[in-house]
Amino acid sequence: MSRYFTEEHEWVDVEGDTATVGITEYAQEQLGDIVFVETPDVGSELSQGDDAAVVESVKAASDVYAAVSGEVIEVNEALEEEPALVNSSAEEDGWFFRLTLSDKDELSDLMDEKAYKAFVDNL
Amino acid sequence: MSENTENLKQLPLGDWHRSLGARMVPFAGYEMPVQYEGVMAEHIWTRTEAGLFDVSHMGQVNLSGEGAAEALEAITPGNLSALGAGKIRYTLLLAQDGGILDDLMVTNTGRNLYLVVNGATKHDDIAYMRQQLPVSVTLDHLEDAALLALQGPKAGEALVKLDVQPLEAGWPVPADLHFMEAGPFLWNAIPLGISRSGYTGEDGFEISVPAEHAEALASALTDLEEVRPIGLGARDSLRLEAGLPLYGHDMDAGVLPVEANLNFALSKIRREEGKFAGAERVLAQYPDKSEIKRVGLFIDGRQPVREGADVVDDAGNSIGKVTSGGFSPTLQRPIAMAYVPRELSATGTAITVLQRKKQIACTVADMPFVPHNYHRKPKI
Repeated sequence: MSRYFTEEHEWVDVEGDTATVGITEYAQEQLGDIVFVETPDVGSELSQGDDAAVVESVKAASDVYAAVSGEVIEVNEALEEEPALVNSSAEEDGWFFRLTLSDKDELSDLMDEKAYKAFVDNL
Repeated sequence: MSENTENLKQLPLGDWHRSLGARMVPFAGYEMPVQYEGVMAEHIWTRTEAGLFDVSHMGQVNLSGEGAAEALEAITPGNLSALGAGKIRYTLLLAQDGGILDDLMVTNTGRNLYLVVNGATKHDDIAYMRQQLPVSVTLDHLEDAALLALQGPKAGEALVKLDVQPLEAGWPVPADLHFMEAGPFLWNAIPLGISRSGYTGEDGFEISVPAEHAEALASALTDLEEVRPIGLGARDSLRLEAGLPLYGHDMDAGVLPVEANLNFALSKIRREEGKFAGAERVLAQYPDKSEIKRVGLFIDGRQPVREGADVVDDAGNSIGKVTSGGFSPTLQRPIAMAYVPRELSATGTAITVLQRKKQIACTVADMPFVPHNYHRKPKI
């Protein structure tokens, strides 16, 4: 399994044709207490860069963009009851959705962990 | 995160906030603390203990000279000439057409009128007042004063732990102030102006302190076990729960007082006289004749609605706007303020908000959403 990152602070785990998407530890820290996550509909087709999800903190709403294109096959139902999972476990239990990749070449646009860490350190 | 952070002014406590781990953001032209440990925790701390807020960005102004109160009444609808020494009034600064230029607190200090106005509007407010007030009234912008707000059910017992004494005989000690009363005090030979007021719905104080002593006072307060520093994020969620409007969001120059649901700021004697800026337009709507009205909303489900979302009718046409919205940490549900047509403003009315193409069901709610906990003077 490989993990990729975007400049919008999403992580993408890729296993075969399936990608799991969430927001990074850095992002949850910046957003603060998360009170709601609006996930995409299962079956929806996302193109890279589309609005995919909305994450709401006490004060503000932030868009989460589709880091890669594909069909949404599963969303994290646990977030409905416990959106704070994104705070407590951003890069594991707080995942947002899974999709079937439609264009694996897009992964080359993303950063690996080392590059992302360097990106965050420069912010 | 790409906001321009250049040209931001620093407040007296900027370094103090940073040393406590605050995340600083641009606000009203200043770099200000939005949060320390987190909005939710800071909010709940203020509702149960006591929080210290740095609100030094707000404008502090003294008006002095013969007839200052009467002169200020020409551009506000408050009964200021009858305001006794040590008493505070909430009022509105009105444009000549009655539109709301700002909301403010006016205190009769016994020597002059002391005004606290919003940070984002203070320069415009001062320019307008200088233009409108007669030359016999002197306006001093107290730029060398910081302003701290100590808010929460334990604010009173916290302040008592500092040895704060009345500046002169005849004034109460801070603990004996009631809601909307103020006085001059001394702490370690430092002059303080203390008001029992605030913007959270809780009991508490606003303390004007010379900027060079602000850090000593802030540290003395946060050294107390019941006091923690609180950022602007929680200040906003607290005032929203308290049903208190935020200028520039929940009202502006395009809104009249009755539309903003601020009838209580139109004092009876001033309504009868009708001699204030825009009185004809303002009073034509009094008490319930405006077409729109600011109301509170409970939002169905867990997703907040935000400022700027449209209130829509059955056909999807915009009939109003959400002006503040967020998640209530106390109630653990989303709440909002919105302008709606008056016929839809009764408590319990079903309202639909359109946000990101999604219809969200809401219900008009009484405000405050969370009951006020003021230290009021007992009614005799």
